[in-house]
Amino acid sequence: MYWRPRASPRSLRRTGRLWTLSTISQTVPFVITAAFLGALKPITVPVGLILLAHAWIIPELYAARGANVVSRRGAGAPAAEARAMLLLGDLVSHEARELYARTGLVPERGQLGLWLVGEAGALLVLPGERRVNCLCVKATDPQLPPADRVAHLLLALRADESGFATLANLAFSGARWRLRRRLGARAREALDQAVARARASRGAQGT
Amino acid sequence: MSRLIRMDQTGHTTLAEWIEEDSEAVEAALSAFRTQLNEGYFAVVSRGEGHAEQVRELPLDEPLVILRRPIAGG
Repeated sequence: MYWRPRASPRSLRRTGRLWTLSTISQTVPFVITAAFLGALKPITVPVGLILLAHAWIIPELYAARGANVVSRRGAGAPAAEARAMLLLGDLVSHEARELYARTGLVPERGQLGLWLVGEAGALLVLPGERRVNCLCVKATDPQLPPADRVAHLLLALRADESGFATLANLAFSGARWRLRRRLGARAREALDQAVARARASRGAQGT
Repeated sequence: MSRLIRMDQTGHTTLAEWIEEDSEAVEAALSAFRTQLNEGYFAVVSRGEGHAEQVRELPLDEPLVILRRPIAGG
């Protein structure tokens, strides 16, 4: 991926701002047009409402795409998954192991933020916990059981966090609340726990 | 006892186990390690949350060396 600049806190902030600008540029014309039509001819208010619905749905669709990176894929063979979970369990804390069993996501603290690693992607909760990047990345062997796919990503992330963030494709970058609404219940629980953990950690550092 | 394991379709497979004093076991582990690297696997030693090291030579003193496939953007 030589053509991509290596990910850093600064590049992630810039990417986030660009994502927001891009979303605004796609939604604001609908809002302006709706307001203009309403002011010009009140009879066009229904059309304006349709335009506003478009403006609302665009970021929601992006958020849904982002949420999809951590949706669970196939269950895999039970015996292989159980064996893979043993290895994954050796790599993470008891708390992370339990969270994986419930949600399919493993939390991992990094230099760029707090990660939630899934089978075919990861969420990166950026410092401040207001913005989340959804990254699409996966192990190249499709036959692996889910826990091994997570372990692949986790080890790659630990070995080179910046490289991992560079290699992964960005599916969404935006407000945590917007993404949270589009996540399944399990992933939502993992996200809430990750945020609580990040805040507790910051509180502990502040005292 | 150190272990060289490969993540694969079965969950994982132990390819070699050794102690540094057992030269025969070490030689077998080194051979298995080189074979897997030639087949495209990456070798990683995890060092707890947030830290892991990718290795190109088998670290004989590490308790666990894990072989993984490359990853790619989805």
